[in-house]
Amino acid sequence: MDEAIRNKYTVVIGLEVHAQLLTNTKIYTSDSAEYGAMPNTHISPITLGHPGVMPKLNKRVPEFAMKIGLACNCEITRHNIFARKNYFYPDLPKGYQITQDKTPICTGGFVPIKLKDGTEKNIALTRIHIEEDAGKSMHTVDESDTLVDFNRAGVPLIEIVSEPDLRSGEEAYAYLTEVRRLVRYLEICDGNMEEGSLRCDANISVMLHDAKEYGKKVEVKNMNSIRNVQRAIEHEVERQILAIEAGEEIISETRTFDAATGLTASMRTKEDLNDYRYFPDPDLAPLNISQEWVDEVKSKLPSLPNDLFERFTKEMQLPDYDAGVLVDTKEIALYFEELCQHTKYYKAASNWMMGPIKSYLNELTLSIEKFPLKPIQIAELIRIVEDGKVSFAVASQKLFPHMLQAPEKSAEQIAQEHNLIQDSSSDSIQPIVDEVIAAFPDKVAAYQSGKKGLLGMFMGEVMKRSKGKADPKVASQLLEKSLN
Amino acid sequence: MKKYTSFGEISDCLSKGEASCETIVNHYLDQIESQRDLNVFVEVYAEEALNRAKEMDQKIAKGQGGKLAGMVVGIKDVICHKDHGLQAASKILDGFQSQFNATVIDRLIAEDAIIIGRQNCDEFAMGSSNENSAFGPTKNAANPEHVPGGSSGASAVAVQANMCTVSLGSDTGGSVRQPAAFCGVIGLKPTYSRISRYGLIAYASSFDSIGVLSTTVEDNALMLEVIAGADDFDSTVSNEPVDNYVKGLGESKKYKIAYIQNTLDSSGIATDVKEATLSAIEKLKSKGHEVSPISFDLLDYILPTYYILTTAEASSNLSRYDGVKYGYRTPHAHNLEEMYKMTREEGFGKEVQRRIMLGTFVLSSGYYDAYYIKAQKVRRLIREKTQELLQQYDFLVMPTTPTAAFKFGEHSDDPIEMYLADLYTVQANVCGVPAISIPNGETTDGLPIGLQFMGAAFQEKKLYQIAKSFLDS
Repeated sequence: MDEAIRNKYTVVIGLEVHAQLLTNTKIYTSDSAEYGAMPNTHISPITLGHPGVMPKLNKRVPEFAMKIGLACNCEITRHNIFARKNYFYPDLPKGYQITQDKTPICTGGFVPIKLKDGTEKNIALTRIHIEEDAGKSMHTVDESDTLVDFNRAGVPLIEIVSEPDLRSGEEAYAYLTEVRRLVRYLEICDGNMEEGSLRCDANISVMLHDAKEYGKKVEVKNMNSIRNVQRAIEHEVERQILAIEAGEEIISETRTFDAATGLTASMRTKEDLNDYRYFPDPDLAPLNISQEWVDEVKSKLPSLPNDLFERFTKEMQLPDYDAGVLVDTKEIALYFEELCQHTKYYKAASNWMMGPIKSYLNELTLSIEKFPLKPIQIAELIRIVEDGKVSFAVASQKLFPHMLQAPEKSAEQIAQEHNLIQDSSSDSIQPIVDEVIAAFPDKVAAYQSGKKGLLGMFMGEVMKRSKGKADPKVASQLLEKSLN
Repeated sequence: MKKYTSFGEISDCLSKGEASCETIVNHYLDQIESQRDLNVFVEVYAEEALNRAKEMDQKIAKGQGGKLAGMVVGIKDVICHKDHGLQAASKILDGFQSQFNATVIDRLIAEDAIIIGRQNCDEFAMGSSNENSAFGPTKNAANPEHVPGGSSGASAVAVQANMCTVSLGSDTGGSVRQPAAFCGVIGLKPTYSRISRYGLIAYASSFDSIGVLSTTVEDNALMLEVIAGADDFDSTVSNEPVDNYVKGLGESKKYKIAYIQNTLDSSGIATDVKEATLSAIEKLKSKGHEVSPISFDLLDYILPTYYILTTAEASSNLSRYDGVKYGYRTPHAHNLEEMYKMTREEGFGKEVQRRIMLGTFVLSSGYYDAYYIKAQKVRRLIREKTQELLQQYDFLVMPTTPTAAFKFGEHSDDPIEMYLADLYTVQANVCGVPAISIPNGETTDGLPIGLQFMGAAFQEKKLYQIAKSFLDS
């Protein structure tokens, strides 16, 4: 699309994110909430909505919801009333979903985002509320019947609703990435969009910059990755602008995103909307949250990515880039934090994390929890490099792999065993330097006539003849002195 | 021949060795069999009850019988009983069996009660005559041309006609007390939340109470003692400790009682009923209680409030009966929408459909504030006003129903007329307070008349005391 046309419009996006909570049991029964079991094995009369059953709230659910609420600076609602959202669908066993309507457990608050160009922005939240998931309908191609799996029915969800503060697909991408990172840091959701444990619907509209009112809102569904949310938004924005430019009117509707084509298609218009007839659920007592409970949840909050970023850049003087990479994954950040309790060489520690350790994990597709070496061992490794006992090259290429093979041994022990301690004494390096100079008289002449680049060749030769043990700093000093 | 009309009589016979649980169960089974035409039990667990009776006889012989050993209980067809049929007298639950016990059933069994069968009722407990049942109407044993009341009509008749010692019913707007009055037995609706609702098929959750029907106050009190109290499976149940109701019957006090003048001035009240109520008032006075007339301005608002809120809740509570998971599914549908519509149209009776539609309407956007929200506000007013009165007075006394049992078909064409049968009983449900209906004489045609006492929340002990003292003299 023509940039000039695109730039006439303001894009307005609000996201509704559903996160499946990592509780052991469902929200209103003791049925397992685990994903991936054989169909209809995690079901009881309560899950199936048999006559006479009543819900009983799993207290972990409000606790998890409070965690994210407190992490996002939301207000916590003290008197929570659960509401019924009534509609008929085969995967909805009771004919209504128990959710929160007028009293969401969290209100206000914000999620901080950072864009590629470094811009920072707080995306305001409208609310976070608790609800239950529905089952899953399965329509098989050849069969005329629809099958329903109720394992997922009653699995707890939170819905995080943002204000219409997002202005581009990129911002939505950054927001969702941050939300996913938060739920993972808080360990309340595994954040897996492919499996549907994190789901996102986007409300998108466009308006001319000077317009007084928002444009007609279109809801887009069925995006199973953060990348696809961005793609869907970018396509939808373009579609809406082109339609307006062509004199068409945007209709309020729900559209579905097709990842294969990158397009959105109409699902239903607003006229077909259900009247959900929300009303307070008389089978479930209101939930009252005490200040003590809020305080307790607050006191147990883990360090959050932004706090860690702040600490890594301020206290540890790491570049933003390093800090950003480290806090991306909670476990990496925590490993790094522990490593920093054993070493003061923070930048070196960061280099080790982002370099050799990360490559090793990537190669074996391991998570840091499976990494065989303890932070204290890496700290020792860093210390012997910084002490000049082993060069970084030798440490990363030889010592580190040896340590991984024998994690019970210390770095120093292994360095000794494999004869990797470098030699920094002039007395033993000078004879090698002399030997090299004697061996390449032509190159020495060339060097002396100005080809300073040959120093590397001499260095390589010295390192080779010392079997890699010569301290490169000392060797290069001695070489330069001898050559000049 | 012994009739075993009360647990007192049963205990006496058991302790003297004049009867066994087996003979008692056999007696009731004979009664049920010989009065099949009253259409009381939907299902009788004859063999199971007899086996359990033998088991109880052994337990009693060893001196290990529970509090209810020898008590034979009938259960309204809205209470879950594991591996037993459960239909709420509706076609939509054809063939359904409960997979779990209601909390009240667990408690009865733990105290060695014997469950003899499940009883007919109005479909999903919606009705005042027992005419709205997929199993056909139950008849009043006092006169089979008259209704037994509803919705726990059969549960009242079972006690009236000596088919079991006590019945468990449910009361959402009078469904225990109104049939108790029509059948001349005692019916208690306890305080809302006094008894766990876990395992009670929901009609209108914020009104529903399980209630007890019996011939004596003692049996009623004993049953409540066993089944009431905190329960992990019902988050709305009260943690208030359960009183010793039976022991409390020994105490006698002089009470302050009020009667609502406009209940007696109403044009709908039958002369027989009015006179019986007035003489009951005189009797209370003569026993030294202070009885005064009061007025209650909100009387006319109680019934509309009740019907708006109960139908709203019912429309949602009954959504689960959709043919997808259990019960009846239409064989005629070709697609999902047809399956829903036809299943529910064929599975639910007319009255249930009427209430679902009414409830769906009052919750619909555009009408929600005018009906549902307004009715919630009025409910709060009525509750506050009633609570105020029950702080000044120990009880409100009134007829349980404006008329005695009417004839079959008498109100079938006009639902509003039928709803008026609940005029005096719904107040206790709207306010969540306990109320008891006790026999208060008969009409000239020999039909029972009921008298209702309503008390403050959790004052069941006092209600039982006044009921006993009234009946004993």
